[in-house]
Amino acid sequence: MSAAAPLEREHDMHLLAQMLRVRRFEEKCVELYSAAKIRGFMHLYIGEEAVAVGAMEALEPQDAVVATYREHGHALVRGVSAGAIMAEMFGKLEGCSRGRGGSMHLFDAATRFYGGNAIVGGGLPLAAGLALADKLQGRARVTACFFGDGAVAEGEFHESMNLSALWQLPVLFLCENNMYAMGTALEREESETDLALKASSYEMSAWSVDGMDVRAVEEAARRAAAEVRDGSRPCFLELRTYRFRAHSMYDPDVYRSKEEIERWRAHDPIPALTAELRDAGLLGDADLQELERAAAEEIEAAIAFAEAGTLEPVEDLERFVYAEEPLA
Amino acid sequence: MSAQAVKLTYREAMRQAIREALLADARVFLMGEDVGAYGGCFGVSKGLLEEFGPQRIRDTPLSESAFVGAGIGAAMGGMRPIVEVMTVNFCLLALDQIMNNAATISHMSGGQFQIPLVIRMTTGAGRQVAAQHSHSLEGWLAHIPGLKLLAPATLEDARGMLAPALADPSPVLIFEHGSLYNAEGELPDGAGAVDIERAAIRRAGGDVSLIAYGGTLPTALKAADELASAGVQAEVLDLRVLRPLDERAIVESVSRTRRAVIVDEGWRSGSLAAEVSARIMEQAFYELDAPVERVCSAEVPMPYAQHLEQAALPQAQTIVTAVQRMQGAGG
Ligand SMILES: Cc1ncc(C[n+]2csc(CCOP(=O)(O)OP(=O)(O)O)c2C)c(N)n1
Ligand SMILES: [Mg+2]
Repeated sequence: MSAAAPLEREHDMHLLAQMLRVRRFEEKCVELYSAAKIRGFMHLYIGEEAVAVGAMEALEPQDAVVATYREHGHALVRGVSAGAIMAEMFGKLEGCSRGRGGSMHLFDAATRFYGGNAIVGGGLPLAAGLALADKLQGRARVTACFFGDGAVAEGEFHESMNLSALWQLPVLFLCENNMYAMGTALEREESETDLALKASSYEMSAWSVDGMDVRAVEEAARRAAAEVRDGSRPCFLELRTYRFRAHSMYDPDVYRSKEEIERWRAHDPIPALTAELRDAGLLGDADLQELERAAAEEIEAAIAFAEAGTLEPVEDLERFVYAEEPLA
Repeated sequence: MSAQAVKLTYREAMRQAIREALLADARVFLMGEDVGAYGGCFGVSKGLLEEFGPQRIRDTPLSESAFVGAGIGAAMGGMRPIVEVMTVNFCLLALDQIMNNAATISHMSGGQFQIPLVIRMTTGAGRQVAAQHSHSLEGWLAHIPGLKLLAPATLEDARGMLAPALADPSPVLIFEHGSLYNAEGELPDGAGAVDIERAAIRRAGGDVSLIAYGGTLPTALKAADELASAGVQAEVLDLRVLRPLDERAIVESVSRTRRAVIVDEGWRSGSLAAEVSARIMEQAFYELDAPVERVCSAEVPMPYAQHLEQAALPQAQTIVTAVQRMQGAGG
């Protein structure tokens, strides 16, 4: 063990705790969806937690995040409160978008969380613009933009990649390649399935990472974020991952085999890190119980907060169609 | 001949129509996101991949502009494509192809090229899927000359509109309201093509015309029921064809009833309801006993919370209130 070991252990425990709270939060969401407390479309991140948890480690509070409709984990890890997220999914006024967005549209100005975008590829041009604003104002900030493999087929992806490289915009493109766009497998949606190779044709550095290994994700994201921040230029990471659950709560999941899902479950990032820490003697039963307890406590409090929340008065329906405050 | 009645859903009626089209003409094929392996995002094309294979049931990448545009090209090249766009919100990514190519090429080329293309898409709200999946943009698309727009609201139309749409030499857009897919009913065995030019009276009545289409037809019928129990006989006119509008049917109905309420899930400003209202004003102004009323969606992006979404949508009660207000006005 090196002298840095205690610090390293603490950090690993932090990564594990983050993944665990995202996992447990979403497992609860499934129950709440069955109980019709949460409605509409809901997309789970279960299996992919290492991506958001690892990548978010590379961001500073002043950085920005743009995400998709599969963004519960990103919001939680970014620091949006679990209560505000849960209340949002309950459609309550106390939710992070006043109950107007639901699961797919979590927003939080305080943590520079620019949303849950449910148009595939819709967040990429927005990220380029946030980065352009930073560039024009001389701020060394990163805009982290999460999107799926499916988005890579959209024109908005290609236009945003080109623009960002051409104008050298500080965007960290984080492609969550979970091998499927809804029911369409990667090899049936992409002529070139090596997405990092494809991105590198835009003259930006791009590489792929094992998205089931939280430390590998963190390491890559730190390197990429440094390139973006210090070099003021875009960078692209392809994070190879897998969703264990169906695309959404409506998806009968008939387009892939049970064996394939099981094969990927064997790479579940949470048991993997747990086992590693255990084997190294850095994690005991009591530690694990404590992590579980903390996660459960946070989630119970979030549900209680959401339950106690109120409904936005119908008279307020038309508020915010236009901005209410004069420009600051 | 008394054809045997078959029980089915709107979704199944649509599927039968697609299947029949594929069987009838080798040039017909279906393409869109997840129409194949997934079975269609609303389950309409379930089983078709197994029956017709991946050449004719083509899963596309998430590339709305490219595959809608490719549908236009394939139609010009002699095929009969049915392009499925998951929802009308996503067709915005293909709007350039729909408007600048599909709608213009026939006219702009001096009539040299035809575009026998059908684009199907889901529309509408009511399922708490919020502001990027819920809108009714039929009115926008109905603004565009060169397109024909259909809104099947009944099983019969879901079953029967596709064949004549495919037989049409111009691009036809079919809007399927998401709340209708599970609607159940009966159709005569062997039900087939219907006309795609005329509006239809779904309920006769002499006191007021409720003019609706797609997802608002059930709402208007419900309002008519409620009005009937209060002694007001409402006529319910289902537009069916949103462009070109069946102006005659509208004028005839309103001339009979002397009052009109237009029910439209689109936003009121610049809506299809606005267009229908203007036509009534132009053609039947002197037949009216009261100003035309419109029941539309609130002018907001559709919110997620159930109570807000319902408050934003046209409701039977709002229609009833509008009619009662009109009864008070005029004679
Ligand atoms: C423009 C657009 N087209 C289609 C959809 C419907 N849709 C929602 S998610 C999805 C699959 C996206 O796959 P991917 O980008 O890989 O992200 P993942 O869901 O796998 O995280 C589709 C087709 C949409 N939301 N937006
Ligand atoms: Mg994917």
